[in-house]
Amino acid sequence: MDAYQRVQAARKMGRPTGTDYISNIFSDFFEFHGDRRFGDDPAIIAGIARLDDMPVTVIAHEKGKTTKEKVLRNFGMAHPEGYRKALRLMKQAEKFGRPVICFVDTAGADCGIAAEERGQGQAIAENLMEMMALKVPIISVLIGEGGSGGALALAVADQVWMLENAVYSVISPEGCASILWKSPTKVKNASEALKLTAEDMLGLKIIERIIPENFGDFDWVYATLKGLLYETLAGLKGLPVETLLQNRYERFRRIGEYSE
Amino acid sequence: MDKFSFKKTRNPLEFSDPSFQPRSPAIPEKLCIKCPGCSGIVFTEETGPFKICPKCGYHFRLSAKERIDLISDEGSFEEHDANMLSRNILGFPGYDAKLNSARISSRLKEAVITGKGKIMGQHSYIFAMDAGFMMGSMGSVVGEKITRLFERATDEKLPVIGFTLSGGARMQEGTVSLMQMAKVSGAVKRHSDKGNLYIAVLTHPTTGGVTASFAMEGDIILAEPKALIGFAGPRVIEQTTRQKLPEGFQRAEFLLNKGFIDDIVPRPRQKEYLAKLLMLHSRGAE
Repeated sequence: MDAYQRVQAARKMGRPTGTDYISNIFSDFFEFHGDRRFGDDPAIIAGIARLDDMPVTVIAHEKGKTTKEKVLRNFGMAHPEGYRKALRLMKQAEKFGRPVICFVDTAGADCGIAAEERGQGQAIAENLMEMMALKVPIISVLIGEGGSGGALALAVADQVWMLENAVYSVISPEGCASILWKSPTKVKNASEALKLTAEDMLGLKIIERIIPENFGDFDWVYATLKGLLYETLAGLKGLPVETLLQNRYERFRRIGEYSE
Repeated sequence: MDKFSFKKTRNPLEFSDPSFQPRSPAIPEKLCIKCPGCSGIVFTEETGPFKICPKCGYHFRLSAKERIDLISDEGSFEEHDANMLSRNILGFPGYDAKLNSARISSRLKEAVITGKGKIMGQHSYIFAMDAGFMMGSMGSVVGEKITRLFERATDEKLPVIGFTLSGGARMQEGTVSLMQMAKVSGAVKRHSDKGNLYIAVLTHPTTGGVTASFAMEGDIILAEPKALIGFAGPRVIEQTTRQKLPEGFQRAEFLLNKGFIDDIVPRPRQKEYLAKLLMLHSRGAE
């Protein structure tokens, strides 16, 4: 598959969304609502659950499945209150010593007038800063689209994994094509140039692991993820907090290439 | 009669002489500029050291160097990591050429200048971004230089004053530039958790990944009058929402009204304003 086919696969109608992962991996999921400041954002689902016998906080983008639900959930493009709800529940997780698991699937943070008025940039910035120092383990799994800052705001983690057909990019291939080639038809070239596939991310050491999709057998994916999440979180929970945070800092610190 | 006849002067261009160089008229470059604020024509000289429109107060663009010169005490600024260069890490089409032309036209190595200086005698780390270099976009070098600046400031228990100006994350470095947002945020957080002061001064324009990271992470966030500050650029918003944007939308005054910045500080007041804030946070004052 070429890069653009991956982009199409990541966006494909019928591909499992956040709620599928939550219901198939966890038990006793309680969804909690609201950022306690403005409102509740249906583009992000958050709550607490059990991962086998381990209490965890789960946060997921939800794009919606039907057209009606997609509209309700704003196609998984969160407003500031969505990121603030996520941060509120992460802070709660920190208080109760629960690890945090994020499922990322968004074309990007909402870029409308309301989102700007309520400080989209500030909301994302605060998540980046606070997640860097959150004293409990965080694992983020990119399950579909990883669109720019809107994805990163749920992906500052100790480990970041990607589904085989997920993509992670600083700008949508369409946006890149129209800026660079002044033509939205050059999406294929842009997808290649942006290096946005899971393979690319592993090569750039931006992610730790690729989760195979086993030819679309998502029951297998859920079972695999469940095992891996449990095992990895158990390991991370055993680390002293200073080590956990130092490792997280170093994880991002080393990214970037330049010459001096 | 002969001596009254006119003779057409020789124009070397007509002879397509390749060695001919048109003599530049004795007018300095950019004698006049059109003010984007009031559309008036302004003599460059009249804009003064602060580069402000004498008619409407519009803040013209300053280079990173001009900004540092305006804000820091004369001769006090010491630049760090001045020779760090970007590389085309993804083999992105056209990036090498773009870097080269940016280096030539801006006479800069990258889109941010970082270092240490004094502001009315107060020590501070200072960074300033420059629109001349790929619209102040953030790639590996911008991320690394600002991260190092915060790390050094943390080690030396010094404040940071940062002038932001950016079109956002640099597309040509893909996800690597996206990660710089997290990397810098980590360094800002460590600096902050040790009780150090960070003042962000948002200048026109500050958008995208820079707004969604260190621009909005200051203890105190200031802005220049009328500066455009936002996550998504106005064109993107108009295209996606198909709505006409309200007058003054995403300008500094709008952000002040919505509660996202602390104050708007025009250039002539900035140095003293910042110096007094530094003084109020100086550890000796405890």
